Amino acid sequence: MIPKKRKQFFSLLYRGRKIARRYLVTNGFDGTLTMLGMMTGFYVSGTKEFGVAINACLGAAIALFVSGFFSAYLSEKAERKQELRELEQALLVDLEKSHYGEASRYLPFFIASVNGLTPLFFSLLIISPLYLSKYGIEWPCSPFLVAIITALFCVFLLGVYLGKISRQFWLWAGLRTVFIAMALVAIILLFDM
Amino acid sequence: MATTRKIVLDVLKPHMPNGVDFATALAELSPDYQVRLSVVEVDEKTETVIVVLEGKNIVFDPVIELIKKMGASVHSIDEVEVDGSEME
Repeated sequence: MIPKKRKQFFSLLYRGRKIARRYLVTNGFDGTLTMLGMMTGFYVSGTKEFGVAINACLGAAIALFVSGFFSAYLSEKAERKQELRELEQALLVDLEKSHYGEASRYLPFFIASVNGLTPLFFSLLIISPLYLSKYGIEWPCSPFLVAIITALFCVFLLGVYLGKISRQFWLWAGLRTVFIAMALVAIILLFDM
Repeated sequence: MATTRKIVLDVLKPHMPNGVDFATALAELSPDYQVRLSVVEVDEKTETVIVVLEGKNIVFDPVIELIKKMGASVHSIDEVEVDGSEME
C-alpha cells in the first residue's frame, strides 16, 4: 500500500503513464520493425552465420535502448523543468522540495526507462530464435523465418494494445499493424530482387 | 496553555492535488481535524481556496509544511480561534 504522505507524489508520477504508454508503443514499434527489417535482410541474403546476425541485432538493440533512454530522459527532463518553472511563476513559490519538484525529477527517469527498455525487450524476444538455434534447438524452418514470425507477432500485440486503448476491435487493430510490417518486408524483398 | 481550535487560511494551490485530496491530506494530520475547503477563484494553472481547519489542538507548523509540500502557498491567515484554557 502507498504511504499516505507519498500519495500525491505517486499520483503525479501516475500522470506520466499516458506519456509512457505513448513511448511504449512508439519505441516498441521502432524496435520491432528494426529487428524485422534486419531479420528479413539476413533471411533473403541467405546468411548461415547466426553469430554474426546475433551480434549485429544485439548491437542494434543496445543502440535502440541507449538512444531511447537518453533521448526521452533529456527531452522529458527539459519539459518537466519548464512545466515546474511555469507553475512556480504562477504560484510565486519554490517547488523544488514539493511533491511537484520530486515528481519532475523522477518522471523523466520513469518515462526514459519505458522508452529504452521496450525496444530492447522486443529486440531480445525477436533475436531469441537465433540464440536458441545457436545452442542446438532445431526449428522446422530457418531461425530467421521464426524470428520474422516472432516480430510479426510482437507487432500484432502492439496493435492489439493500441486497439485496446482506442477501444477498437482488437483483431482489426492488430492486423492493421501487421499489414504495415508486411509492407516493410515487401519493400525489403523488392530491393533484394 | 493556549490551544488553537480553528484556523482559516487563504491558500493558492495548483490544480493538482484536487480539493478532495488536498483537504483529505490536511485532515489526516490528526484524527480530530476537520477541514472545509472552498474554491474562491480558478486560474489557468492555479486556484485560490479558503481552508477552514478545526480541531481540539491545531499544531500550525505541520499544517504549513504539508501545504508547501503539496505545492501550495499560504497567502494569509484570515481567521484564528484560540482557547486560553487548559486542554482536557
